[in-house]
Formats: sequence, structure tokens, C-alpha cells
Amino acid sequence: MILNAKIPSGPLADKWDSHCFQSKLVNPANKRKYNVIVVGSGLAGASAAATLAELGYNVSCFTIQDSPRRAHSIAAQGGINAAKNYQNDGDSIFRLFYDTIKGGDFRSREANVYRLAQVSNNIIDQCVAQGVPFAREYGGQLANRSFGGAQVSRTFYARGQTGQQLLLGAYSSLSRQIKLGKVTMFTRREMLDLVLEDGQARGIIVRNLITGELEQYGGHAVVLATGGYGNAFYLSTNAMASNVTAAFRAYKRGAMMANPCYVQIHPTCIPVHGDYQSKLTLMSESLRNDGRVWVPKKKGDNRPPADILENERDYYLEQKYPSFGNLVPRDVASRNAKEQCDLGKGVGETNLAVYLDFDEAIARDGQATIMKKYGNLFQMYEKITDKNPLTEPMMIYPAVHYTMGGLWVDYDLMSTIPGLFVLGEANFSDHGANRLGASALMQGLADGYFILPYTIGNYLAKTSHDQVQVGGDAFTEAQQQADSKLNQLLALKGKRTVDDFHKELGALLWDECGMARNKVGLQRALTKIPEIRAEFWSNGLVTGQGAEFNQTLERAGRVADFLEFGEIMVHDALAREESCGCHLREESQTAENEALRDDDKFSYVAAWQYQGQDTAPKLHKEELSFENVTPSQRSYK
Amino acid sequence: MQKSITIHLIIKVWRQENATAKGALASYSLRDISTDMSFLEMLDVLNEQLTHTGDEPVAFDHDCREGICGMCGAVVNGQAHGPESGTTLCQLHMRHFKSGDTLVIEPFRARAFPLVRDLVVDRSALDGIIQEGGYVSVNSGGAPDANALPIAQKHAEAAMDAAACIGCGACVAACPNASAMLFVSGKVSQLALLPQGDPERKERALNMVRKADALGFGSCTNERECEAVCPKSISISNIARLNREFLRAMVS
Repeated sequence: MILNAKIPSGPLADKWDSHCFQSKLVNPANKRKYNVIVVGSGLAGASAAATLAELGYNVSCFTIQDSPRRAHSIAAQGGINAAKNYQNDGDSIFRLFYDTIKGGDFRSREANVYRLAQVSNNIIDQCVAQGVPFAREYGGQLANRSFGGAQVSRTFYARGQTGQQLLLGAYSSLSRQIKLGKVTMFTRREMLDLVLEDGQARGIIVRNLITGELEQYGGHAVVLATGGYGNAFYLSTNAMASNVTAAFRAYKRGAMMANPCYVQIHPTCIPVHGDYQSKLTLMSESLRNDGRVWVPKKKGDNRPPADILENERDYYLEQKYPSFGNLVPRDVASRNAKEQCDLGKGVGETNLAVYLDFDEAIARDGQATIMKKYGNLFQMYEKITDKNPLTEPMMIYPAVHYTMGGLWVDYDLMSTIPGLFVLGEANFSDHGANRLGASALMQGLADGYFILPYTIGNYLAKTSHDQVQVGGDAFTEAQQQADSKLNQLLALKGKRTVDDFHKELGALLWDECGMARNKVGLQRALTKIPEIRAEFWSNGLVTGQGAEFNQTLERAGRVADFLEFGEIMVHDALAREESCGCHLREESQTAENEALRDDDKFSYVAAWQYQGQDTAPKLHKEELSFENVTPSQRSYK
Repeated sequence: MQKSITIHLIIKVWRQENATAKGALASYSLRDISTDMSFLEMLDVLNEQLTHTGDEPVAFDHDCREGICGMCGAVVNGQAHGPESGTTLCQLHMRHFKSGDTLVIEPFRARAFPLVRDLVVDRSALDGIIQEGGYVSVNSGGAPDANALPIAQKHAEAAMDAAACIGCGACVAACPNASAMLFVSGKVSQLALLPQGDPERKERALNMVRKADALGFGSCTNERECEAVCPKSISISNIARLNREFLRAMVS
């Protein structure tokens, strides 16, 4: 199969406009005859569901939570980028495009990224019109800040709750369409399978999480906006219910999974404090603007930080990267922290942390100035750890934060299954091998408000609007499969809990398929994952019944999928014998131990195709070409 | 390096199999709970223990565990979200309890929140209120340039204060009348403070309040319990603004 991204021809800046013009339109009177299924109600799902309903389509929207307002988009703190150039500081659509594609280490498509930068401005206009309370200057204009090392101030924000406010904006539009009867909302439903008829996506099987019943829903197209798979690592900054199940079941039905090894790891999280820990909390990386990162020079030095003298401290980032120091990019900071801990120099109860010290900044600028900048973060830290960063250094450690990989989509955001569209973090399309700060919110809303509503017409206009009937062979077969999988899970009466297996898988992926990988470790993981999976299916323990509200069963299904999906991540990491973005392949380094990309061999998107249970997936390559930018190597020395 | 302290607890938690079954408090003993754990991690430990002994784990809602999604919540020793002010249950840590303490954990109770199982309740009535007007009727596309509408910083900040609501329902659980007025007033205030909300302000105030009544939420009698438990510390001055909006809509 040859992957065709269907990138429009013509100059970069004209591609989207001309594509919109050439795209097919669905007659306004016919739109109401089409039913579209949207799975997920985060930024991408809610914005898509609301916008499609506004256009006249009938939409059914499904969420795993009790309300569409809960999706994990809500947790994004920092902000949303747009190329408005309100600050007159030299920003432009081309600069946002360039920064994004360079940030992704030249592993994304020029055309997709340029379109993202183009529609970024519409997003801000739309959100303001909805009443999103963005931060403002005294004169009433919108405020901007520089974020994640960008040279221009293009980030819009609503305190530390930007994701929440943007999601509530999309939720409000969705709520309006629910009231108008154009969207039917299904809460507490988990998608367990995708239904294909004649090779086209025609419906889904969901489990009603309250009653435990399986339900069938049909539609002329299915839109997945089900988020990322960071929870494969067990510990991540993702919400507890974030999972890969919907995307993975679509993969098993024929949708290809692209670049699954691209995972972003955030350097400034509150460290792990015990085996009971359920998730990691991220703190804004702005802290590194004033904090100094260090560990004791001596291995296993357990003295309190105040007793460790200046000459006994190793400020390793400042030593190693004199020009960027503590402000090296996320991946470099993360990798070095792990390296220090692996050397036995980690601090804290678990020895899996490094210090982030504000002493010098407090001495230089005064406590009041530092509190003004970081007061809310210091309070958050103290609430969780019971330690005051003003009197003793913070402890930080990297954590899985975002997944750039996801289901492969073409320029229309359609997967390799006709009629299956994938939006937001669930697709792979825009961030390459690393995502810039404040770009996740931008992509989710771009896909939902301004891209899918245009491109879905291209597919629907060619599809008959005869009602999709549920209950046919394909629906029955899919439901039976889902049902038998649930029964297999319920039959597990072994000794180890679901969480126990999840933790084991997570620790393995973190060690062997995290921010630094090598061939030997990845091969070890490829042997180990099937062993963990086999033990899960023989010694797992699942309580309760199927026909009831059963959270253990829900988690078991998700962990079972992670146990298969983790293996695809490792296959992908193994095949990519280069370092790129936020991933260091240890065999591919410069003389100074920095990440070394290999454009000759690996300038492609890796798309994996399911080949059946216990068979290795098949790799397909979509070559990337760069006509408007020249790939360059990073240097932070 | 200082090791964390562990404590022993008696947990009395509401167990109810489904909406129609009879419920009761069940008592469990939990040992060696690290004071660095969050309250929900303590429940995770309880559930692992129950699973190993062949019991059903306690059902409870949770998701982000960072205090922003609004999914978690329970009444702990009589207080919604527990004893710390301005804190969701997931951000409450066990260091606020002493060894030997008995913790009584109950679901958010209100007529409008039917029980699902154990600590899980159905809060979709809150979505029902938003659907009656908690929005600006604007379609995607065609919005004017964002800076074409200047908004005074103090109004934007006040709107943000009101908009910080996470929809957890603690205000309803804490109110003796099971009123949702703090919730309603957050959305009505946000949109009343911004020019975008002006064209629909009358219908919004009237419809959202009427819907709350119809869904079985009680009336506000200024008990201020809602404000005391709100994890986002939303002020009841928003209820005063809602009252003004409602009156204004009634008489004009």
C-alpha cells in the first residue's frame, strides 16, 4: 500500500485556500441527512462536533467521562500560540510555521504545519467571540507572552488555566448544539470497536459504562478525537482515563499508526514519591528561567541540600551547555536529569529527582520578585510535597507529557480507513518528532473548528446519504468480538491486579523506550512485553461483573490494549536508527554526545499496519520533502 | 534524606451497588498510609487491598488528579472535598490526617445528583443548566479580529474569576438546599461581565435559573456553604450578580 497524503499542489501559502475551493461541498439541504459520529469531547472533539452541527450535519458525540467538560485538554496550563503579531515583534504565519517544523526536528509535513499556522489566528478570534476570558492589557487588548523559548510573544493565555477556558468555550458551543437538537450527547460511553462496511467506517461499538451494555451506533463518517497514549508509561501527566483503546481498535481494523515512538517528556514535573503514586504533576517550565539545576557531585550523597557545599554540587547543565545553561530545550534537560539519576546522583526519597534551586535568584532579585513570578507554582509544589521552594530547593524529574505519534492521516485528516477521520493528539500530523509549547491547544482547535468541517465534505459528498442501519453483520460481528474480549477479562481470577501489570509495562517502556533508547534495550523490551502480556492473560485479577458499573473492567481493557500497543512503540523506536526531536538513539550521537539526525535514511513518517495477533506490524514509509525550509541540526553548546 | 511518615486509618465509606440498591457505610482498616499520598491514592491503596481479598473495589470518579477536571469529589467527615479550603479531593494529601483517625467518606448527595455506585453520582443536571444558555450564540468562522473588541482588564479578570468553576458539584453537595446557584452564577457572571454576553443576558439568566429549579436543585438562602467548599474559591458575590441579572431580566 502506498501512503498518499494528498497534499495539494501549488505554492505553500496557497495550498489550503485552493484545496478548500476544490473540495466538494455537501448541499445545505442534504447536510441534515448525514450522521457523523464524533468520539471524544476534548478541544478537538467538542469543537468538531459543535461546528459540524452548526453546518447542519447530525452529530452524535461520545465521551468516556460523565460530562463533555472533563476531557484532559482542560489540564493544559501555559497557553495557545497564534501568529497574530499583535506585539509587532516580527511574528508571521511563516515564522510560526518555521518554528513549529524546526521544533519538530523536520519530521512533519510542510503543508500541514503551514495550514496550522494559517488558521491559528482564526482560533483566537473564535474563542474571544465565545467569551473566553483571555488575559488582557490595561488598554483592553489581548496580552501575550513568550513561551517555551520562542523568540516572539505569540502565546495567548487565561491565567494558568488556558486549556480549561478553551475547552469550556468549545463545550459551550457544543452545549448550544445539544439544546438545538443537532448534537446528541452520549456520556460515560467507551468506544470498543470501529465498524467497517465495504471497507468504510460506518459505526462504532461502545460500552455503556453505567449499565455495562454494549451499544451500536451508525454514521456516515466516524471522527476520532480520543487523545494521546502517554498512559502507556503508567506514570505520566495525563489524566487517569486517558487511553489508546479507541485508536488501537481502529488500528486493528486497518488504520495505520504513525510514529508511535514519538513521545514528549517534560523536564519539570514533581518527582515520584512512592510505588502508590498514580500520576505526575507538571509544573510550568518557566521555572527554569530562574532556577539552577544541580545534583551532588558524590554518588549516593543523602545529606540535606543545605549541607552540601557549593563546591560539592554539580550544576551539570551549566557545565555541559555553557551558552544555554539551565534553559536547554525540554528533551536535553530531561535526558540529562535521567542520566544523572542513572549515575546514582539522584536526590530525594526515591533518588529519582534533581534539584532546581532558586537561592541565587532570590539573592539577586529578592523574594518578592521571585514570588510574583512563580508564587502560584511554589504554592502548588508546597501543597503536593509539603516543602517550601523558598527555603529548600525544589525537586524535579521528567515525566511523559504528550504523544506526537498517533493514527496516520492525510491532508484531509482522514486515516487509511475511508470515512475514519482523526483529530487532535490522536493523530500524528503536525508536531513531527517534538511539539512546541502552547501548540497542542492550537492543533486540537484548528482540526475541530477549521479543518475537518471543510475536509469532511470531500468524503461525505461522495457517500450516499441513505441511513446507516445498525444490526447488520458487521455490527453484530464487532459487538460479539467486543463482548468476548470483555468476558475473557472478567474470567481473569489470578493473583495480580490490573494496575500492577500497568506499572510493570510502564516502567519497562520508561527504561527502554523513553527519552534515550538503544538497540539492545529495545530488543529486550520486545521480548519482555509479550511475557508481561502472557502473564496478564493468565494471572490477572479482574473483579465484578460485566453488566454493571465496573471501573476495574474498564481499566483492564485499556491496560490489555497498552500491553499490545507498547510493542508497536518499541518496533517503531527500533526501526528509527537515528536521534530526532526529543528522542536520543544512543547509537546516533555527535562527538559531543548530542542527538544526531539522519536525514538521508530517516526523513519519513513511519506508518505501521496491523498484521494480526502476535505478528509484527508492517512498516510503510511516507517520505517527507522540504521545499520551503532547509533541515538544519540543532546546537545548544 | 527524610523518609515520609505513615499512618493507620479507619475508613468508613458509602457502599451502594447501584441507584436502586440499599446503601450503607462499610468500615475498613488501612495501615501504613504514607502522609505524602493524595486522598485518591489512599483510595487506590484501599482498592488494591479489597481486590486482593476478593471484595469489590470502591467506585469513585476521578480523572486529571490535578484539581482542574472537576471529576472527583466526595464528602469527607461532613465536608465536600475534605478539610482543606480551596482544594479538590485529588489535591488533598494524607498529611492533613492523624494516625488513628476515622474517615467517613460519602458521595455528593442531592436530589438532582442520582447515585450511580458507591461514591459516584450523576451530575449531568449541571450540563443541562449550561445547555439553557451558558454560551454566546456564535457559530465557528466569521468572528471579527480578536483585538477589535477591547475589554477592560478588570472586567476580563473578574470574568476569569467567575469562569474558573470546574463543575464538580461540591457547592450543591454542601448546600442545605442542594442549590446550584453558585454554579449558575459563575457562568452568568462571566458572560454578564463581558460584552460578548450582552445580547443574550436576559434570556440566559432567566432560562438557566428556571432550568435549575426544574431539575430539582433548591433555592439559595445565603448559607454560604458553597463558597466555603468551592475548590476554586468562587465568591458568592457572583450569586448577588446573578440575582441582579435575574431581576433586571424580569422587569425589562
